[in-house]
Amino acid sequence: MNHSQTNITKVSLFCTCIIDQLYPEVGKSVVNVLRQSGCEVDFPINQTCCGQPLYNSGFTRESKKLALKVLNDFEHSNYVIVPSGSCAAMMRNFYLDLFAKDQRNLTRATAFAGKVYEFSEFLVRVLKIEDIGAKYAGKATYHPSCHLLREIGEREAPKILLDNVDGLDLVSLHQAEYCCGFGGSFSIKYPHISEAMGTDKAENVMATGADSLISCDMGCLMQIDGLLSRAESTVRIRHISQILDREIHSAGS
Amino acid sequence: MPEVKTQAFRNSSETALKNTQLQQALKRAGTGFDGARRQAIDSVGAVNWDLWRDEARKIKIHALENLDYYLDLLEQKVTENGGEVHFAKDSEEANLIVSQIAKSRNVQIATKSKSMVSEELDLNKVLEKSGVEVYETDLGEYIIQLAEETPSHLVAPALHKTKEEVALLLHEKLQVPILDDIEDMARVARDVLRDKFFNADMGISGANFLIAETGSLVIITNEGNGRLCTSAPRIHIGITGMEKVIPSLQDLGLFLRLLPRSATGQHLTSYVSIVNGPKRETDEDGPSEFHLVLVDNGRSRMLADPELREALYCIRCGACLNICPVYQKVGGHSYGWVYPGPIGAIVSPELVGLKRASDLPFASSLCGACKDACPIKINIPRMLLHQRHKLSESTDVSERNIGLTGRLAAKFTGHILQHPKQLSITRSIIRLIQLPLSNKGTLKKTSLPILSRWTKNRDMKVIAPKSFRSIWQTELYKDKD
Repeated sequence: MNHSQTNITKVSLFCTCIIDQLYPEVGKSVVNVLRQSGCEVDFPINQTCCGQPLYNSGFTRESKKLALKVLNDFEHSNYVIVPSGSCAAMMRNFYLDLFAKDQRNLTRATAFAGKVYEFSEFLVRVLKIEDIGAKYAGKATYHPSCHLLREIGEREAPKILLDNVDGLDLVSLHQAEYCCGFGGSFSIKYPHISEAMGTDKAENVMATGADSLISCDMGCLMQIDGLLSRAESTVRIRHISQILDREIHSAGS
Repeated sequence: MPEVKTQAFRNSSETALKNTQLQQALKRAGTGFDGARRQAIDSVGAVNWDLWRDEARKIKIHALENLDYYLDLLEQKVTENGGEVHFAKDSEEANLIVSQIAKSRNVQIATKSKSMVSEELDLNKVLEKSGVEVYETDLGEYIIQLAEETPSHLVAPALHKTKEEVALLLHEKLQVPILDDIEDMARVARDVLRDKFFNADMGISGANFLIAETGSLVIITNEGNGRLCTSAPRIHIGITGMEKVIPSLQDLGLFLRLLPRSATGQHLTSYVSIVNGPKRETDEDGPSEFHLVLVDNGRSRMLADPELREALYCIRCGACLNICPVYQKVGGHSYGWVYPGPIGAIVSPELVGLKRASDLPFASSLCGACKDACPIKINIPRMLLHQRHKLSESTDVSERNIGLTGRLAAKFTGHILQHPKQLSITRSIIRLIQLPLSNKGTLKKTSLPILSRWTKNRDMKVIAPKSFRSIWQTELYKDKD
């Protein structure tokens, strides 16, 4: 497929429940960036959740039903763009485990997995965009989320995109590849451990002197923000799309 | 079997986080091992390292798929070498075998080199009850024995202790001055243990590997204590899990490259001992008896479960502990039984009973760092998920521990998430609850159930005024290109 700017790439957005319910502005930036990159974006309106919270709590049967819903909702899609390494990993890797003993749906899940891309991965690997033409005046640091790093296996794409943002001073984060301690239900089941892990992360973020913390997963950012905010830090959290979104930054915010 | 405290995970992990000495010890050890491991991998190159891991995994898969054959071969070869193989189905049987050997041979003193399986059996207590003096001879294990504690790490059993604590312990137990230098402390232990090595009637060791084709037991150490335990006393007993068998000596080389690098970052340990049974007629010294006790103790149950079988590929290097952010925070003792850390969170529940250790499979953020660090590429997160599934949904009530309320809550959640309209009603209700408690979209502290589990030390983001889907419908969809 040719992805030059003259050809329209049709993509479907899976916006994730955290963005849908808590950070809708991130969803907006994701749509903006995709459109700015020459994509025609559709949003299957019946979508809800990939099923990961239930799956990680051991409720395989319930999460299977949600996985089937996702397979149905995105049946028509060429590309499914997920602004979260974690949800993308669920849909691309763990659905295959869910349906391992169900041949018919395994075939569907396998075909579906081939269409699923994490947002930054899609921009760099499929659209072959490295410089999105964004500007951002500020000092930021980047937290690589565990599932993007280890399940999707994407270490470079977000950094390539951020390195090319004009004016962005990207500083390295100590122990960047350590988990932030969110872990979905883990953060509620063992809050004390989750907070201890998150506190290390938040302290490392504050030590960079950055004004913004960027990541590709709002789950991690919500956790780290909870601790930054409690520590009365001024560091702001930013999904990568919010840095890349030319619409926000041309408006001067 | 030692006392099972796996059910206390929540409380012990809370206590551990408040224990400043433990936190200091964990921090000091912290990334040291893992950093050394990474350096060792860099020196061989990531590509080679990955090939070795794949190859080792293949060998382990093959050995475990053909375990009957290799155990038979091992038994035959050990017997040919003049040793005796004992199979123990559980810890009681294993303890009985060892204590009977000790009793019938009038054993007074036993020296031990490091063995996690002996911890699984609580062997020291059993032997001490039957009147045998038992001395741990690995420095870390010796410290733990003096402190009457259990190991908190697979490779560095006393990792939870600061050197200051060890200095005090030696001072109290051995009446030596409070020492500052680690080498001086090691010398104190060495002076005590030297004498025991030469007076011991029985040496007990674990095994890092068993070689089927030659009937050999392989142990690797850095202190030389393993070699003294296996060669100086008149009886040598090797105790290990039956999964430790690998087919041939040729396979050993690969594992000798993987294990030390993964454990401590060393290219090779100071000592590699390959023990081939008792003293032969032509040998000048060595034990006159060699017994190999192969322990099942729940392992065949794991072998029978294709989802959990790969936990038996573990070579106990500790790399997953050294990289695990949960282990680094709560330490090994929080896990409540012999095997700590990510691999322990899988193995312990299988050996003590899943329901008894139902907190452990959930004691992970599923970050997957363990899987990446494992020299055998064991997929630890996937097995944790499998155990969570059994606890939440198994049709076998002996495995399931989530009650009706929990299952109904999951069903209810699943139901709402199936229906966007119900989801939007639910979000409005949650927002209504959150709003009066919040300020500018942030909720500080609340005593409301569930929410309070988040807000004790973290601020909470309140449900947004509009969901993304409604913004899509009102703004984004309309001005579609």
